Amino acid sequence: MNIIIAGDGKVGSMLTRQLSSEGHDITVIDSNSSVLESTVERYDVFAVHGNCASMDVLLQAGVKDADLLIAATSEDEVNLLCCTTAHALNPKLHTIGRIRNPEYTEQIYRMRNIFGLSMVINPENQAATEIDRLLKYPGFLRRDTFAKGRTEIVELRVGAGSKLCNVRLMDLESIVRCKVLVCAVLRDGSASAPRGDFVLREGDRVFFTALSQNLTTLLKNLGILTRRVRSVTICGGSKISYYLASRLKKSGISSRIIEKDYARCRELCALLPDTEIIHGDISNQELLESEALGKTDALVTLTGIDEMNMIVSLYAASQGVPQVITKLGHTGNRSIIDSLNLGSVICPRDLVCNNIVRYVRAMENQTGAALSVHTIADGQAEALEFLVDEHTLNIGKPLKEIRLKPNILLVSISHGATPEIPNGDSFFRQGDTVVVVDTNSREIIRQLNDIFA
Amino acid sequence: MNFKMMGRFIAQILSIEGFFMLPALLISLSHGEDMAVKGFLVALAAIGVGVLSLSLICRGAPSAFYAKEGLVCVGASWIAMSLAGCLPFWVSREIPVFIDAFFEIVSGFTTTGASILPEVESLSKGILYWRSFSHWLGGMGVLVFLLAFTGGKGQGFTMHLLRAESPGPNVGKLVPKMRTTAAILYIIYVILTILNILFLWMGDMPLFDSVCHAFGTAGTGGFGIKNDSFTSYSPYLQNVTTVFMILFGVNFSCYYLLLIREWKSVIRDEELRTYFCIILASVALIVWNTRGLYGTLEETIRHAAFQVASLMTTTGYATADFDLWPSFSKTILLCLMVVGACAGSTGGGLKVGRAMLIFKSLGRNIRQVMKPRKVMAVRNNGLVVPEKVLDNTNAYLSAYIIILFFSFLLISLDGFSTGTNFSAILACFNNIGPGLEAVGPTCNYSAFSDFSKLVLIVDMLAGRLEIFPILVLFSHYTWKND
Repeated sequence: MNIIIAGDGKVGSMLTRQLSSEGHDITVIDSNSSVLESTVERYDVFAVHGNCASMDVLLQAGVKDADLLIAATSEDEVNLLCCTTAHALNPKLHTIGRIRNPEYTEQIYRMRNIFGLSMVINPENQAATEIDRLLKYPGFLRRDTFAKGRTEIVELRVGAGSKLCNVRLMDLESIVRCKVLVCAVLRDGSASAPRGDFVLREGDRVFFTALSQNLTTLLKNLGILTRRVRSVTICGGSKISYYLASRLKKSGISSRIIEKDYARCRELCALLPDTEIIHGDISNQELLESEALGKTDALVTLTGIDEMNMIVSLYAASQGVPQVITKLGHTGNRSIIDSLNLGSVICPRDLVCNNIVRYVRAMENQTGAALSVHTIADGQAEALEFLVDEHTLNIGKPLKEIRLKPNILLVSISHGATPEIPNGDSFFRQGDTVVVVDTNSREIIRQLNDIFA
Repeated sequence: MNFKMMGRFIAQILSIEGFFMLPALLISLSHGEDMAVKGFLVALAAIGVGVLSLSLICRGAPSAFYAKEGLVCVGASWIAMSLAGCLPFWVSREIPVFIDAFFEIVSGFTTTGASILPEVESLSKGILYWRSFSHWLGGMGVLVFLLAFTGGKGQGFTMHLLRAESPGPNVGKLVPKMRTTAAILYIIYVILTILNILFLWMGDMPLFDSVCHAFGTAGTGGFGIKNDSFTSYSPYLQNVTTVFMILFGVNFSCYYLLLIREWKSVIRDEELRTYFCIILASVALIVWNTRGLYGTLEETIRHAAFQVASLMTTTGYATADFDLWPSFSKTILLCLMVVGACAGSTGGGLKVGRAMLIFKSLGRNIRQVMKPRKVMAVRNNGLVVPEKVLDNTNAYLSAYIIILFFSFLLISLDGFSTGTNFSAILACFNNIGPGLEAVGPTCNYSAFSDFSKLVLIVDMLAGRLEIFPILVLFSHYTWKND
């Protein structure tokens, strides 16, 4: 597919890497030539220097023959103009625009036809949604939902003294007393699809597939406290903080935002009548202790500085805050991040890239394409949801008779509205949806038949 | 200071006043009241001379006109208007002492309704009409009238005038054009007044009485044409007046919102809700407190509601001598005097909206002491109130209290009881009219010395014009040339 990526920033470069490795023809537009140079050196892409909202530059980038344009510059208005112009030049073009300003979000989503936008992405809003979901189930580091919310893949860390320590996977069911399936384990920075004789160790990060209705049982039987979160402390008054606080208010959770800039405090105070806004610097330990720790169920660090977020989260975790969520802008060095007790880590850029990659795959293969794609285990594994159609092989065969490619697991089958965690005797029929986890990062699963050996 | 421009404004205001004096002159002529006719003619002549000389002197005025000029202009024009307006009383010998006549007309224009006349029924019709009409003109403001019907020629400075004359902490336009805003306000005012006249007239009140009382109600003034105010009128007329007093105490922009069908914002308006809650609660408490004083429950409620509406909207009519009520009820009435009506209405007092802001910002500051780092905003109707408005409101409260106590001190020289003095100051400063004890609803202000009357006149003007336009007249900064 011909894809134009306008804006070679954080999101742009990650998309370039991901999409070019999947074999697409990528054209990158940016107004900064030195950034473009380094991109061309690293990836097999075409680069155009200039303003992506100008018609000449878009034509030069081959907008007439392109299938998709992703506008991810730092300016909402430029993204919007870029998408509108490109769509006018090529009406068949799909466009994805990044719109981050909370004042625009709602209206642009409603007017996306006028602007010629196929999809609007808002990293901050997505991050807030994700954090909100995590806060609903304290204890999980991450949740990914499939089958219209009926099945989930959740991530747990095996802590010291956890009931999961030194347990063989085949004995797991006697401990958690509900049907779960371990689809991936991340140990020492590398992911694998474990077998029944795999023994869990302290420090492992385990990805369970479970039915949504069993999540509470799972947490309870693992001895993880699941007190409902009632009050949340948010460090930093960014856009994510605003989205998060307004979401939490809807779910009846009280929140408190600590922000350093007084003018921003006043703005937030006007926007969020029910949220406590505190003016202060969270790097000040005394403030943190008097205002945040000790009386909060969860602490979310959302400042613009990764190091600050990490330090505050580490400190909060050491002071026994039940749930800690850390936002990081860069997740480059995962092994260092994993060695720290930062609680759940949220990276808006990764969330957005996942979303766009999902869209690209769906565009590419209209029939048999994945319904959704989730990158898990630090990008080393993918969970994909497929619809079983008439072209699918092995319909009606029990799973124990089907041979799958190595490192691929079929982790859930949904017959209509009834989800199932499969065993050897399970089978799928036409019309079902299945979730597949692929820990073999070399091969890309484009359609369901790719999983069969 | 642009004195020439101010002179032109004052000339225009005086000519409007002269124009409105004509109906009173006609009434006097048709009743053959020679002295009153003489009074009006002298006044009109004086106004004519004043307007002519002012327009001659103030030719070619520069157009620079700012907030300071606006404030001074409002204060000065009200004084000029009152000086001209008292001439008919004085020249016709119906109020023979000049300071008394001046007190009476200031009380009229500021919609106070405090009288120095022990007996009003012997006054001639023309004078009675002029006395009541001064309420109507002063209620909405004569400058607003000027803006509405002569137009500010699109200049931005007219906002300074509206802000200085309109009551309330946060004056805004309804529509982009000042002239249209002022016209809308006056049209609503006229329609409500006509309705009031019709309702009174339908209740078998003579037309002249209906008109005079409707003027008193519309301006929330309180000059009656009977010695006993409303006591001798039928329960129907009393109830109609109660309802209209309450209606004229509502912010006029609410009526505009009703006209353009913005029901929701009217129903959700915090000030309006508080206003009605205060009225209901006060009536209930007074009914409970004065039970047994009147024959039937209906009569108790009627009197309580009338007095509450009258004092809360700072009108000052009375159907009962509330000076004879129990102390608790009297105290409630005193508190209502201070709170006053809604901002943007014709009523006086501190205004409900301002009182709400004062309470809210007080609550905020108390919470701030306990949580010094928390950022809190004071909200009104869900919107954040700018800190500048809060500062102004608190400054207003300080000015209010300081003036209150100085005036209290000054008039205590006359040797009346503390209750009389305090309620007299409250009643004049908040533009109500009757107070308690020696200035109660059955008594009047004639016993005070000339000096005290002067103090009360300043208080009335300060209360009507929201203090600052009068205060700046006494400040030497105002008169410094810069």
